[in-house]
Amino acid sequence: MALLEIKNLSKFFGGVKAVDDFTYSLDRGHLHAIIGPNGAGKTTIFNLITGIYKPTQGDIYFDGQRTTGLQAYQIAKKGIARTFQNIRLFSEFSVLDNVRTACHQRASYSVMEGLFPTPRRLRQEKELTNHAHELLELVGLADRATEKSKNLPYGHQRRLEIARALALEPRLLLLDEPAAGMNPDETEKLMEFIEEIKEKFDLTILLIEHHMEVVMELCDDIVVIDFGKTIAWGTPEEIQSNPVVIEAYLGVGEEA
Amino acid sequence: MSGYYAGIVILTCVNLLSALGLSLLTGFTGSFCFGQAGFMAVGAYVSTILTMRYAAPFPGALLAGVLASTLVSIPLGYPTLRLKGDYFAIATLGFAEAVRLIVENLEKITGGSRGIPSIPTHTTLPVILIITLLCIWLIRNYVSSRHGRNCVAIREDEMAAQAIAVNTFRYKQISFAINAALAGLSGGFLAHYVGFIQPSMFGIQKSTELIVMVIFGGMHSVTGAVLAAIILTALPEALRAASAWRLVVYGAVVVLIMVVRPEGLLGSWELSVASVQDLWIRLRTRFSTQ
Repeated sequence: MALLEIKNLSKFFGGVKAVDDFTYSLDRGHLHAIIGPNGAGKTTIFNLITGIYKPTQGDIYFDGQRTTGLQAYQIAKKGIARTFQNIRLFSEFSVLDNVRTACHQRASYSVMEGLFPTPRRLRQEKELTNHAHELLELVGLADRATEKSKNLPYGHQRRLEIARALALEPRLLLLDEPAAGMNPDETEKLMEFIEEIKEKFDLTILLIEHHMEVVMELCDDIVVIDFGKTIAWGTPEEIQSNPVVIEAYLGVGEEA
Repeated sequence: MSGYYAGIVILTCVNLLSALGLSLLTGFTGSFCFGQAGFMAVGAYVSTILTMRYAAPFPGALLAGVLASTLVSIPLGYPTLRLKGDYFAIATLGFAEAVRLIVENLEKITGGSRGIPSIPTHTTLPVILIITLLCIWLIRNYVSSRHGRNCVAIREDEMAAQAIAVNTFRYKQISFAINAALAGLSGGFLAHYVGFIQPSMFGIQKSTELIVMVIFGGMHSVTGAVLAAIILTALPEALRAASAWRLVVYGAVVVLIMVVRPEGLLGSWELSVASVQDLWIRLRTRFSTQ
């Protein structure tokens, strides 16, 4: 059964059709990519899925439930986590606190208990901090836990953002250009990392990416969009040999 | 302690309670509130009217003032907390002015612009001191809880906070309500210390004074707000001998801090056993290397 289902989704900004009649489904346990030229509407699709934008038309279903019209935080609570193209960390927070803030599943103490150091609160905070440390260990940032996140180098910030997303304990993870600004070596490592977390946390992943080697090697399926419309959808092999895609995006001959 | 010094401590506590609320709302949650005096006025007038006209016991009247100003924050926050940055500040400014004008015009109940004289002075030093310390403790607990982290996340990046399932509007409302409650408490104590209230005490000047305290002490530190409330309440008193110049010096000190340390006196440093130990170790290593 499809974990994420999108039906005839459109988003218009005035006269601009950022996303135009986009229909798509993503099965549980799969890893898909959305590719397309700049301004094709990829990030807009992410913003629609996560509730930052309200669609002009169409519907989105997550795990069989309609999420269209829900607030961003409600959708996140249902189990959709994301990273941002232009990294959005809580920059004044320490690395550890960035992750701790997202560990809602590990703590349920009330606002009232927030005012008092009750035993339940202390226990939950300890548990949550341990979990955050585990996640930092996983992304290789354990030794920088107390640093302010804004002082981290770029590549580390990207990994921290993924750790924060994982702290939500999501079922669907949306990665917006996770390899942006990385060299081939770092990209290689990132790919291994994405596969590792997918297995470990039993995730379904949808990513936007420009590095073709990442997309071609990692993904089960690729959706290609241009001008807000789907122009192709298939396995990496099918996409690579699709003439429409080659013309719109991959380029002819030597560039591909 | 002589009456004069006790008075300064009481006034410090009054300002501190109000600044504490602002520290949570403006410093930690990131919503700039320029209408703190409005909430103080609600607390002051409600509690005063209850003690004077209905001979209510002071603790009950004080609590009613807190309740009233908290309740006012709910319908006020509902439409305004969705506004971005500056617009929220302007809305709260408008609110405080509205409160002042309403009080001025409800002459039968509030005594209009002449105010209410001879209020019984129930505020005593030990009581306000204990309650203030208790409130500092509660707010410190709150900002270090998961709820406090959610507030800071909202301040840092509202969209990212939503993306990690933080109900940003709800947390802003809670901060706003706690802020209003503390301001109401502060107003109630003030009225029953000074023994006299009038609308001009709760003007824009008061709101500004309080926001300056939070910025001065360090936006991201409860300790900073506490320290700033103490310094900025005591400073004008200490400078009383220089009468005409004291407000100039006060202004100069504030400007100096903003130029030299824009993050405020303490930035985000908090007083705790761990942070003092940390500071001690750093100081020692600095002096041992010299």
